[in-house]
Amino acid sequence: MTSSEAATLIRERFRAEPVVDGRAVTVAVGRDRWQELGAFARERLGCLYFNWLSAIDWKEQGLEVVGRVENLGTRLVLIMRTKLGAETHCPTLVGVWKGADWMERECFDMFGITFDGHPDLRRILLAQDWVGHPLRKDWVDTGYTPYR
Amino acid sequence: MEVKPPTPEIPPPVWTEIKDLQEWEKYHQERSAGDATSNTLAGLADSIQNMPGGWIMTTTTEKVFNWARKSSIWPVTFGLACCAIEMMATFASRFDVERFGMVPFASPRHSDLMIVSGTVTIKMAPMLRRIYDQMPDPKWVVSMGSCANSGGPFRHGYHVVKGVDRVVPVDVYVPGCPPTPDSLMYGLLRLQERVAEFQKTGKRSPAAVEG
Repeated sequence: MTSSEAATLIRERFRAEPVVDGRAVTVAVGRDRWQELGAFARERLGCLYFNWLSAIDWKEQGLEVVGRVENLGTRLVLIMRTKLGAETHCPTLVGVWKGADWMERECFDMFGITFDGHPDLRRILLAQDWVGHPLRKDWVDTGYTPYR
Repeated sequence: MEVKPPTPEIPPPVWTEIKDLQEWEKYHQERSAGDATSNTLAGLADSIQNMPGGWIMTTTTEKVFNWARKSSIWPVTFGLACCAIEMMATFASRFDVERFGMVPFASPRHSDLMIVSGTVTIKMAPMLRRIYDQMPDPKWVVSMGSCANSGGPFRHGYHVVKGVDRVVPVDVYVPGCPPTPDSLMYGLLRLQERVAEFQKTGKRSPAAVEG
């Protein structure tokens, strides 16, 4: 399946306008269709490989979750984006890809995005008693140091 | 043309007639006098006092203990980041700080010195403090490299302790990114000087920047 064919399928199903760049397809959907897009990418497009998931802080416009999945057989790359707006909640993709587990934990750690339905949403990189989410734009470094 | 065989020079059978060996013997006869001012005892010599009219020699236990301490500083095996590579090079045969009596020891309970070699993250700071607390007194800390000194290039990051002196008291700061083994060795030698003036009251001279 080429990227343009995948773009056609996505356009029919989600009424979104995908951007095709080489073998990469970028598509932005609403938060309510996030899990549906994940299941569609895995089952119809064959994107079995979950590459990464992260987020962007657009300040006043809120947070945006970005994920990249790939079909290693046909070399198709799908970049999924969804804007959260004023919310910090996002549906989880763990039910679709198990690899999303730790990525969403890291996203929760750094950006404070709560992934609804995640089986084990704890901090993964920072200490368990850490306060705040340091990759937010409004995070302020207080110079906090334990023991002093 | 007649070829003559070389005439062998057979040394005299009595070795005392050889000039070199005589000098060698003379040197070793004078050696006992030389030891009194040797480098090994130089730190002790100023504190050795002869009782008037007697052969009893007195010194202070503090001087002896400090001399023993500074001659057997055991750093705990504790590498944090890329500075640890330079630290390992310092311990290895090319630079060989073992000649100063420094053996990296894999237990904090037998160690006197902690070389903080690298970036200390906030998550790592409690473990660093725990290892420091496990070391028996008296103990010393060398802060090695820019990261341990001040946070270095990661100072404005969210997860880095901005100087290890916020977690443990530091005796010698060695700058560099990373410091060469020569810099670390110089810092360790300056640490020996500081150990030599250690007093049981716990008073220490303020931290020095070396390297």
